Amino acid sequence: MKTIVFVERNPVTGKMRDVSVEMTFKAHTLMKPLNGQVVAVYVGESLPQQHENLFKYGADKLVTALHPELKQFQAMPYKRVLENIVKAENPDIVLFGATHYGRELAPLISSSLNTGLTADCTQLYIDNYKDKGKILFQARPAFGGNILATIITPDHRPMMATVREGVMLLPEDNKAVNNPIRMDNVPFEFKKEWIRSKVLSVIPKAEKVNLGGANIIIAGGAGVGSRDNFNMLRSLAEQLGGEVAASRAAVDFGFIEKDRMVGQTGQVVRPKLYIACGISGSVQHRAGMEESKKILAINTDPDAPIFKIAHMGIVGDVKEILPIMLKCLKEEA
Amino acid sequence: MRKVVVLAKQVPDTANIAADAMKEDGTVNRGALPAIFNPEDLNALEMALQVKEQLGCEVHVITMGPNTATAVLKHSLYLGADKVWLVSDRKFAGADTLATSQVLAKAIQHVGDVSMVFAGRQAIDGDTAQVGPQVANLLDFNLVAFATELKSVSAEHITVARDAEVQTEVIQAPFPVLITVSHEANSPRYPNATRMLKYFRDDIAIPTLDRETLNIPEELCGLKGSPTKVFAIKNIQLTGGAHQMYEGANDGIRALVRDIVKDYTEV
Repeated sequence: MKTIVFVERNPVTGKMRDVSVEMTFKAHTLMKPLNGQVVAVYVGESLPQQHENLFKYGADKLVTALHPELKQFQAMPYKRVLENIVKAENPDIVLFGATHYGRELAPLISSSLNTGLTADCTQLYIDNYKDKGKILFQARPAFGGNILATIITPDHRPMMATVREGVMLLPEDNKAVNNPIRMDNVPFEFKKEWIRSKVLSVIPKAEKVNLGGANIIIAGGAGVGSRDNFNMLRSLAEQLGGEVAASRAAVDFGFIEKDRMVGQTGQVVRPKLYIACGISGSVQHRAGMEESKKILAINTDPDAPIFKIAHMGIVGDVKEILPIMLKCLKEEA
Repeated sequence: MRKVVVLAKQVPDTANIAADAMKEDGTVNRGALPAIFNPEDLNALEMALQVKEQLGCEVHVITMGPNTATAVLKHSLYLGADKVWLVSDRKFAGADTLATSQVLAKAIQHVGDVSMVFAGRQAIDGDTAQVGPQVANLLDFNLVAFATELKSVSAEHITVARDAEVQTEVIQAPFPVLITVSHEANSPRYPNATRMLKYFRDDIAIPTLDRETLNIPEELCGLKGSPTKVFAIKNIQLTGGAHQMYEGANDGIRALVRDIVKDYTEV
């Protein structure tokens, strides 16, 4: 068996995206028992920084297709180049990051190859299926996160899936794979007509807050009540050495900026401690934080779903509880 | 007259799940979920209507689904669509994104002479964001996904801003092009009273396109034309129960803070 992983570069920092490495390691764990191969594929102008990590986490080979015209991602030319590589490699599985570029490119490729594509997978595993032998099982939340659907592509190849950043875990450093570096640059003729759109300008956004690395996250929801009240969460974060995050409701109310949103449409986090303040715990929010090692919930409603997944809880108003917590923290210090 | 197509979908309102939406056994009670116009398809329609106001064109709305999906088409007429199409056939049932894109691409070809297609970024029942790009591929249209702003439109091209996560890209796309539109792009307008009076009646004829009219081989649509199959559905149930509760008064909170400081901040 062979799995292709589509590797992406962050166009602002020039670094390889985390999801590319995360998928590579996942692909390695899927392929290893089958003596399969993991082929990372990168399309662009120049190699992303830290691409060596692909080998560290299990890539057997890195196939590159480089051209100055491919500096800026554009769906059409990227599709042409990638489609040819996929056809030449003839893999059983192709994985994309569920990034904006990945989610634009993957359906184009699946349509061209007339095969199945499963979006935003949270679990991937290989098992036998009827007389089809070993195939990929792809689990994803569906129906607004209320169900987990396992999708298969039994009769078409390759089997394609997108995977969200932060969902697949990397091993500790001492368990890294450390494959030898093996690069293969594919020559190809770039055709001008592949480019149909003109990118008039590119405006980098303020650097994304990366909540993924935080050990402690203090998240606020509608129950926090106001933009000013979020300052209590900030003080708590400062004293505990954590980061402030929010639910969609808090963002929609304008209490805090969207770049700190945790959930299905926000970031996926798994800190050592997640303090949910005034968050009811909708399925959409839980999708982004339920893998946290410990969850402390503070909410006025004892029946709120957040208490069902919390390890520690206080039933009460965050607006009253947080000041007491801050006071106690000062006294403990 | 230049033609513009909007792809719309009727979806269960998964974003506002009330208590009765989940059954005792944890399965989804579809009957308790109202069917709504997929929110981002309304943003797609709004962008099409703005293009119409600037450029002058005919706005066609296409939806694939059962007869009840005409509610979405009627709403489109209230908002300003010129023509609507119901794409419906029992053979279309059970389609995954690829099989859906086959049918929608044929329907767009049936409308004919289309220079722009607008679709919502994704539908809230599946969240895949795949059908738009797959339709673009089948029609060999140019594609811009995740548009967040209509900048301008001329006789040759449309210019939009699109969200690329770490950056915003302003893209000028010549026709024919398919654009997927995000909720940030605009605020959809309200229904127009005169148009509501005109189109509210039950006997408004809505043309239906079936498999034969669209000339789609059976093996390309519905379950048969879908490479992906649902292997299993698991209801997400909260395990819960085993948690330590602290009293919401001074002593309880002090104990909690001590535990947090001890377990999470000391090296």
